[in-house]
Amino acid sequence: MKKSLICVSCPLGCPIEVEIENGEVVAVTGNTCKRGDAYARAEITNPVRSLTTSVKVENGMYAVVPVKSSGPVPKDKMFDCMKKINAVTVKAPVKIGDVVIENILDLGVDIIATNCDPGI
Amino acid sequence: MLNYDLVVVGGGPAGMAAALKAKEEGVEKIVILERAQTLGGILEQCIHTGFGLHYFGEELSGPEYAGRFIELVEKTDIDVFTDTMVLNISDSKVVTAVNNNEGLMQFQAIAVVLAMGCRERPRGALSIAGSRPSGIMTAGTAQKYVNIDGYMPGKKVVILGSGDIGLIMARRMTLEGAEVKVVCELMPYSGGLTRNIVQCLDDFGIPLRLSCTVIKTHGKERLEGVTIAKVDERLQPIPGTEEYIECDTLLLSVGLIPENELSKDVGVELDRVTSGPVVDEYRETLKPGIFACGNVLQVHDLVDYVTEESQIAGKGAADYIFGKKKGGTFINTKGIDGVRYIVPQRVNIEGTEKLKLYFRVGQVYTGAKVVVECDGEILSSRKKVKLAPGEMENVVITPEMLAKMNENSEITVRIEQ
Amino acid sequence: MTYDVAVIGAGVVGSLITRELSKYNLKIALLEKCNDCAMGATKANSAIVHAGFDAVPGTLKARLNVRGVELMKRFCKELNVPLKNNGALVVAFFEDEIHHLEKLMARGEKNGVPGLHIVGREELVALEPNIGERAVAALVAPSSSIVCPYELTIAGVENAVTNGAEFIRNCEVENIQSTDEGFVLGTTQGEIKSKYVINAAGVYSGKIAQMIGDNSIEIIVRHGDYYLLDKSQGTLVSRTIFQCPTIMGKGVLVSPTVDGNLIVGPSATDIDDGGDVATTSEGLNGIYTSATKSVPAVSLRNAITSFSGNRAHPTTDDFIIGSSSVNKNFINAAGIESPGLSSAPAIAEMVEGIMKELTGGMEKKVDYNPIRPEPVRFRHMSTEERAELIKKNKAYGRIICRCETITEGEIIDAIHAPAGARDVDGVKRRTRAGMGRCQGGFCGSKVVEILARELGVPMNEITKFGGQSKIMYDRTK
Repeated sequence: MKKSLICVSCPLGCPIEVEIENGEVVAVTGNTCKRGDAYARAEITNPVRSLTTSVKVENGMYAVVPVKSSGPVPKDKMFDCMKKINAVTVKAPVKIGDVVIENILDLGVDIIATNCDPGI
Repeated sequence: MLNYDLVVVGGGPAGMAAALKAKEEGVEKIVILERAQTLGGILEQCIHTGFGLHYFGEELSGPEYAGRFIELVEKTDIDVFTDTMVLNISDSKVVTAVNNNEGLMQFQAIAVVLAMGCRERPRGALSIAGSRPSGIMTAGTAQKYVNIDGYMPGKKVVILGSGDIGLIMARRMTLEGAEVKVVCELMPYSGGLTRNIVQCLDDFGIPLRLSCTVIKTHGKERLEGVTIAKVDERLQPIPGTEEYIECDTLLLSVGLIPENELSKDVGVELDRVTSGPVVDEYRETLKPGIFACGNVLQVHDLVDYVTEESQIAGKGAADYIFGKKKGGTFINTKGIDGVRYIVPQRVNIEGTEKLKLYFRVGQVYTGAKVVVECDGEILSSRKKVKLAPGEMENVVITPEMLAKMNENSEITVRIEQ
Repeated sequence: MTYDVAVIGAGVVGSLITRELSKYNLKIALLEKCNDCAMGATKANSAIVHAGFDAVPGTLKARLNVRGVELMKRFCKELNVPLKNNGALVVAFFEDEIHHLEKLMARGEKNGVPGLHIVGREELVALEPNIGERAVAALVAPSSSIVCPYELTIAGVENAVTNGAEFIRNCEVENIQSTDEGFVLGTTQGEIKSKYVINAAGVYSGKIAQMIGDNSIEIIVRHGDYYLLDKSQGTLVSRTIFQCPTIMGKGVLVSPTVDGNLIVGPSATDIDDGGDVATTSEGLNGIYTSATKSVPAVSLRNAITSFSGNRAHPTTDDFIIGSSSVNKNFINAAGIESPGLSSAPAIAEMVEGIMKELTGGMEKKVDYNPIRPEPVRFRHMSTEERAELIKKNKAYGRIICRCETITEGEIIDAIHAPAGARDVDGVKRRTRAGMGRCQGGFCGSKVVEILARELGVPMNEITKFGGQSKIMYDRTK
């Protein structure tokens, strides 16, 4: 079985063909870098995405501060992660790289701040 | 009057990169004037990742990308005025600005870098019929409400325009609990990056309707729905294809316009296609000592290209300030046969460095060739898997190529199918 | 609450009537069903002070228009509202239409319009170089002017409130009872008693009159679409350019606005719902085609917005002003379509006269102040004036709307002015913040923030124009 994908690893968006036999990836073509190969294999077996959103700040200059997942999370866990993140409040000051949630949902991924808020 | 060697108007990625480059080149007194409360420009609200792959070799979010440059600026003695609006640039390069701390300020500059960025095209430019309720806004305004202010502008959303901001906001609104009903695109192709269609729409099952537009808005006070319709090849709505979609929010992502009001006031000549200044390879406008870079020059899709372009402008401004201004013979570049425009519009044939011509195509091409030609001679010809209006392309011009040209030459870039 | 006079409708007519009556020792309420004044036909019309050659001699329209042009100068001066005497042209596109111009000129002269004359193609091109090539002649009306109708209205309400009148928003009149003492008005803000009622309810004036059993007023809602073009287009013409009128009105005009934009419109279609101000694609396309006949260089590429308004067309074809036949203490100022803006000061004067008669003379206030102070207009100031101003108040140093150069100080002033702004559109009409080429894309959220702060409410309670027109919902988290 063949499956066509668009690689989302970088803005190039290479069209990739994946050949699958008995649920196993046997060939990946069309990618122009190693990341494309990895993306295609993951997309068939365990699709993942990096997650970006924001988290509530207390005493902040802003109401929310942006965050991202330190690595990709399973696609089907994105809304579960959102629920968890939306329940959290961080206290200003916040710096870029601060860990907001450690090992979210035991996925082995942290949620980290991607902007600073010096606080009021 | 405050005296500076270089005044940079705008503290987004373009302004910061230009200022840093000029500093690196040895320019002493530099000031960045930024209208927002912090440096960083529009990147501050672009909290998604995907920035910096070329320049930093990693995928950063907008604020992180900006953050790296802000940190660099803070390490230098570059002066920064935030919450400061530039009101005017005079012919003699006096920049008048205002804020509520220092009041009215005037900066006498030797060189000026224009880095004001761009703005979104509003509804008025579209002439969609219907009522004027609340709930209709540009995608960028919604992005600010959600990502900076922390408020939801609506719950049931239709997005017009499949540019990257529209696509990114489709995902963002969905993650925050809104239902994005459809993304309509007037053209037969999307203006956004393919990967954004995959990870912002396909991932969430949001339909993308090509050759489709919003023809009417409904609702007296708050938006209650929109009528969408298919369009024909001339982009006109096809009668009988109308469809009513209930929604409380319409986000518009229908184009960006370089913000050149200040440039126009000081008499900088603009390119009709890019709506940005006409510049040479050093990003100097036709007004000596006034440079331009970033989205004020041409709308970019990748911030890494903004940084690259702004470093060129910063270097150019430094050379100008030190009197190392290149003389030379300038010829025009011209996009034909599918190439909508080229930046820079002018090239010094006595230049001794490799340079890139950036351009955009007018439609989607697959397997077409990009041909660079001068005086009947083909300088380069490269086959591209895909060319799309949403993605900026470039071709390289070498000093060897330039050496063969004369003052009457013209470099053309065209698409050959 | 009990008042001497209740004015229903805070459009330009209601506003200026209230202001004229605020000269006297009267307790006055100005009732408005929307969240702000100038929300009906007043906010969406051609913004022209017509010279007065259109109306049939002998009609109220003719008399009040010409008188209005005279009074407008004083009103605008006292209220500090910009009025620009730019003149107007009615253009003929065929030789046949020239006799129409002559008819208009004769009519205008009968109405007492000064300076009317007809010019041929050559002179016309000299006056307006961008005029269409098919234009053969034009009637020149030097006394025609341009004014911002909502600015005039807002200034009128402000001045009236300063002089003691009460402005009651979100106050829709639902029923009216006549009593021995006068009237009891059932409104969405409770019961309001008043000795006299003045009906200035625009497209709803027929409905209001019916509440006391006066069925004499029949209003047809006439819908018109407009385009507003960028300031870069504001100098395409210097005069207001009309075409020969039709049965539906004065036709499509192209005119600079007093703020330097270019306005194009209106279309004219009769509709049923006075609150329906949705633009129509037919209307917009029609005015574009028609406008390019007058001025071919008009290009929609430069449109910054389109909008529409509903004018109250009376079936009698003339203004209806005077005591109701049902109850003399109920005064109609109804059916005010074009030239309503031009006539508004004269309508106010006329209603003042009617009130004088009804009351047998009204006592003047000793401390009446006809002057509405000029709001700070940072954009019109010199560098020195700006520097001085910011020294006095730092809020004028923060630019909120960059397209129109509007400062935070001006927005704060607009919110705290008498009958001040309560919503985003109210700030926009008072200061021009959000009125420029980006249409609030950049400043919209800042205006919401300032409104919330100054009014002491959360950001998600701020509306675009009252009612359900919320800008944001709940917090994301």
